[in-house]
Amino acid sequence: MVDEKREEKPRIRAARLIALTVLIAALATIALTALLVNIFEHKQEARNPFFRVVELTDDTEDPDVWGKNFPQQYDGYKRTVDQRRTRYGGSEAVPRTPTDVDPRSVVAQSRLEEDPRLKTMWAGYAFARDFREERGHAYMLEDQLFTERQQVTKQPGTCLNCHASMYVAYKKAGNGDIVKGFEALNTLPYFEARKHVKHPVACIDCHDSQTMQLRVTRPAFMEGIRAAKAVQGVKDYDVNRMATRQEMRAFVCGQCHVEYYFKGPEKRLTYPWVNGLKVENILAYYEEQGFSDWTHAETGAGVLKAQHPEFEMWNQGIHARSGVSCADCHMPYMRVGGLKISDHHVRSPALNINRACQTCHRWPEEELKARIETSQERVFGLRNRAMDALVALIGDLKAARTAGAGEAELQVARKFQREAQFRLDFVEAENSTGFHAPQEAERILAEAIDFARQGQLALARGGIRATAAPAAGGGAR
Amino acid sequence: MNLRATSAVALGLVIGAAAGVGAYTFIYAQGASYLTNDPNACVNCHVMREQYDGWVKSSHRSVAVCNDCHTPPGRVAKYVTKAQNGFWHSFAFTTGRFPDEILITSRNHGVTERACRKCHESITLEIDGPHAAKTPRDELACVRCHRSVGHLH
Repeated sequence: MVDEKREEKPRIRAARLIALTVLIAALATIALTALLVNIFEHKQEARNPFFRVVELTDDTEDPDVWGKNFPQQYDGYKRTVDQRRTRYGGSEAVPRTPTDVDPRSVVAQSRLEEDPRLKTMWAGYAFARDFREERGHAYMLEDQLFTERQQVTKQPGTCLNCHASMYVAYKKAGNGDIVKGFEALNTLPYFEARKHVKHPVACIDCHDSQTMQLRVTRPAFMEGIRAAKAVQGVKDYDVNRMATRQEMRAFVCGQCHVEYYFKGPEKRLTYPWVNGLKVENILAYYEEQGFSDWTHAETGAGVLKAQHPEFEMWNQGIHARSGVSCADCHMPYMRVGGLKISDHHVRSPALNINRACQTCHRWPEEELKARIETSQERVFGLRNRAMDALVALIGDLKAARTAGAGEAELQVARKFQREAQFRLDFVEAENSTGFHAPQEAERILAEAIDFARQGQLALARGGIRATAAPAAGGGAR
Repeated sequence: MNLRATSAVALGLVIGAAAGVGAYTFIYAQGASYLTNDPNACVNCHVMREQYDGWVKSSHRSVAVCNDCHTPPGRVAKYVTKAQNGFWHSFAFTTGRFPDEILITSRNHGVTERACRKCHESITLEIDGPHAAKTPRDELACVRCHRSVGHLH
């Protein structure tokens, strides 16, 4: 009995030791195999940049189909539903109760509630009714469809140029000619034209289906950039033939992120660049055309609405001058395993500082964020001063009207309002709080403040101007 | 006896399998190349491709390879640094947990700075002088101005 027990112990111990060793060796084998497979996968990724599983043609509109060949890019594109705040931009998801008219359950925050002065600036215009913070590309179509602005004005089909995937729609409407299709859809009422489109901006709006090369598909940009290049001395500019690859990485964005207006009864989308891209060049063009967006309800001034002039503002900044395109910061390269792709989750670079900024600026993320916010804080402070100045001028004009001031006197002040308001709105509507060109934004705001106060002075002096008529400032002396 | 022999064979098989898979993984991943000075070893895994491409076109391409600037002098110190970076690089690439724009760690930055000074001592001694920096921000770093000598990115 006792002997047996003695025999037992070393045996059990040996068995345990063997079992333990087997277990450890097995676990090591598992770990090594996992590593081996991981290395193998990375080698495969580097070997096969993409698999062609579907045939794409020049008529493949649905991004879902393109996504089968380019799953990583498509995945990023789908992520533009994301709503995140930055200090001065981004957007906030605000829940709302869906109604029959507007089935959206999530929207962005109302800018009119954040800053009621905007209602005074836009008095008598649809923007005073409803204006929310812009959200990601994924929302462009539904946000345009359901904004309350649709209820107070009759929009033309032109609006869709930038709120939907238009290339195939233009081709169909123009029997293969996108310019003819563009003209045809512009003249339709919005809800009529809306039937021709299915998706928000999609792959085909920027990419050639066969080569994946970038290309411009919007006639309005082709015409606009031709005019802008002519100012620089380049004749007969054909963007798809003459632009460099790096220019294209900004031009495809410039198809929409620009100041524009609808020209004439045919509502032709036009980018006002025949005199150049600066704010005073654009204003000069509108003066030549005798164009106003609307008559201000409180002052009777013919005023203009600036619309997201990111392309124009970026052109005045140091990044553009250094050859940095929109895509470099808003769609920076990212690594997916052994692959390198453009991040198609288009968003604020402030949410993606490592990839967007640290390629060139080798400083800690906190430092770069502080630089961005310092620059924006200064612009935002001036923007608020300009807003106060403009509201003060509008108040004075309103009072002068009520007091029965002469038309000549009012006209002088109204001209100042038009000049001040367009400049302020140019920075206000531009989606970077000045970051795309901080000095230019500050110059424009300083002029806006000056014009607003000059308008008040003119009223105080009974129509006598403090200085000569508003001049396009900032140019060479 | 029989049981013992069977256990020993089983044990041998299991350990042998682990060793075999290990050896094969090492060869498949070109493990031996990491013990050399060959810059090609550094682009085995695609992450350092930009750095390598930059170095090929840089002013230092014919006087220095990766290890000349990124490992300290002395055989032991060199292989300790190699082992440390090698482990963390493999770990990051395997798990995918690393930023796309890789930034040098402060330890490795120090190694590189000392490497500059090793070859260019006659100049750097004159520049450094007696005043030490108080914060990393004030530190006089060769590569802050001479960023492109090895590779731009």
